[in-house]
Amino acid sequence: MDIFAQQLINGLVLGSVYALVALGYTLVYGILELINFAHGETTMMGSMIALAVIGALFGVAPDLPGIVIVLTGLLVAIPACMLLGYSIERVAYRPLRHAPRLAPLITAIGISIVLQNVAMLIWGKQYIAFPTTLLPQGRHEILGASITDVQIAILVLTVAIMAGLVILVNRTRLGRAMRATAQAPAVAQLMGVNVNAVISATFIIGSALAAIAGVMVSANYGQAHYYMGFLLGLKAFSAAVLGGIGNLAGAMLGGLLLGVIEALGAGYIGDLTGGFLGSHYQDIFAFMVLILVLTLKPSGLLGSKSVERA
Amino acid sequence: MKSSLLALSIALAVGLTVSACGDKKEGAAAGGNGPVKIGQSSPLTGPQAHIGKDNDNGARLAIDEINASKPVIGGKPVTFEVMSEDDQADPKTATIVAQRMVDAGIVGVIGHLNSGATIPAAKIYSDNNIPQISPSATAIKYTAQGFKTAYRVMTNDEQQGKVLGAYAAKLGKKVAIIDDQTAYGQGLAAEVEKAAKAAGAEVVAVEHTNDKASDFSAILTSIKGKAPDVIFFGGMDPQAAPINKQMRQLGMTAQLLGGDGMQTPKFIELAGADAEGAIASIPGLPLDKMPKGTDFKQKFEAKYGQIQLYAPYAYDAAYVMVDAMKRADSTDPAKYLPELAKTSYEGVTGKISFDAKGDLTSGPITLYKVQGGKWETLETVQP
Repeated sequence: MDIFAQQLINGLVLGSVYALVALGYTLVYGILELINFAHGETTMMGSMIALAVIGALFGVAPDLPGIVIVLTGLLVAIPACMLLGYSIERVAYRPLRHAPRLAPLITAIGISIVLQNVAMLIWGKQYIAFPTTLLPQGRHEILGASITDVQIAILVLTVAIMAGLVILVNRTRLGRAMRATAQAPAVAQLMGVNVNAVISATFIIGSALAAIAGVMVSANYGQAHYYMGFLLGLKAFSAAVLGGIGNLAGAMLGGLLLGVIEALGAGYIGDLTGGFLGSHYQDIFAFMVLILVLTLKPSGLLGSKSVERA
Repeated sequence: MKSSLLALSIALAVGLTVSACGDKKEGAAAGGNGPVKIGQSSPLTGPQAHIGKDNDNGARLAIDEINASKPVIGGKPVTFEVMSEDDQADPKTATIVAQRMVDAGIVGVIGHLNSGATIPAAKIYSDNNIPQISPSATAIKYTAQGFKTAYRVMTNDEQQGKVLGAYAAKLGKKVAIIDDQTAYGQGLAAEVEKAAKAAGAEVVAVEHTNDKASDFSAILTSIKGKAPDVIFFGGMDPQAAPINKQMRQLGMTAQLLGGDGMQTPKFIELAGADAEGAIASIPGLPLDKMPKGTDFKQKFEAKYGQIQLYAPYAYDAAYVMVDAMKRADSTDPAKYLPELAKTSYEGVTGKISFDAKGDLTSGPITLYKVQGGKWETLETVQP
């Protein structure tokens, strides 16, 4: 039982990060029907920028409380990623908005490769260590399972951000403009919605979430690397599709579900199949579920045609 | 569509064959004038780039020194040039860069770093009769393919795995094993499993991950349920460090044991305080115990900064290769290859001589433990 509880916690922590990144994919898709493949790299940039600031600050003022140093890193990374997200949209997607749909997909992949290489040139090829001593190192036992302070923070923050996002989309002026743009960009423009501004805002919000997710990942695993965005982005994209791309709650559900499936899959597949399949089928297991869901319900778990988009 | 694709691939294949044939002559002629090219290949991008660049630096340091000594081979002054290619630690890319270097007329190659890349590339060097010395490929298969051109200056996984397996059994009765599914990680883990069982330990779990993963909590939780005394990881430092961290996050107290891929300063930096107590082995003597070790460390650090991992081996590999050329009095691969087999060289990493397969005839293995944030020597074992 304690092992099951532990795997559940493992999955939820991993899934929270997937969910936060998946929200970025789903927001953009909801409005533009574009898969922003550079989103994983935005997460990586958030992580790297935060680490650079944290490292510099720790060098200059090691006496500051650790949490202040980490928060400063985060507060620099968020606007930096917002700017990055805005620029990506402005440079790589807006000029191609009326081009065939394959074109922005290719520029997305191009941007993602460019960002990886820029990060490699700035920060080098090495893994960068997150000074984990800066954060509380407490460990708690719940039902025989173990969870750290950082992991609790990840879970709480993810839920809070999700709630905030739902309020933003459903209750604010900007949210209404986003929903209108998602349903019919041309009509929204006729009704006085500044479509370009709304699309920019969407990228900016998604990028801010990516920055937060990036810092969470490096804080939890204690390291960051210029290549880390690739697999994370792929998994988060799958999570968004699993939950129904374009649907906010779907991204959240898909992320958490994918995390839990991976953890339970890796944890139990070896014992269940008598060692025939091992934990190295972790990824396959997750994607099998994805394929299954998509065959039975092509729009994803919570996906609907277009009414609830964004 | 299909037929045009087929035509394209045939055209490509023909083109490749023709260019390969054409360049072979050019390669043989390259010994005549201009610098003599020695290939070096390791991952220079990707997660292991820091270790790959370390190999490159090691080989370059040796070649720079050799050039500074103004060597005369075959009655003519010779300068060497390092041609470095990025194999991305990927078997497919490794064969492409191997072919590229052969086409460019290299007379020998230092590389590759990873066993997975070294094994397929070895066939290309063998086909073109280019001697290859890997500084760090430890998989048994590398020298077991029957190629006359394949050598290594590092103890293989069988030799290292025997020591690690026996040591794991000494540390505790129940052993869990994780590998990263690369030729290196899996090969080493398999040897450790055999040796640990032979030494009377019970192997309670064998789990697999990959060399890009960063989340191991699911695997570790499942292992935790089997309460092992020792967890052996066959893989490199970018995975070893988060494994170490997540073991502590999960409240596991088992001893972490690893091979040479984990024995790096980066491992300690990434795992932070959690690294304390981790044990890993590395073939050869500790650098400060080698007669020329301190000297090498000074020279290397003055030029490139901290040694990551295999730089001394890449350095020795380059010297061993040039040593064979000097004895053969030729930089022609066909002429110096027989001399390479007869190598008896006192390198930075110890005495280097090869058996019939191209493996080191003898090699001590040293165990290290993280104490006070540094790898401290535990003991040296003769297999």
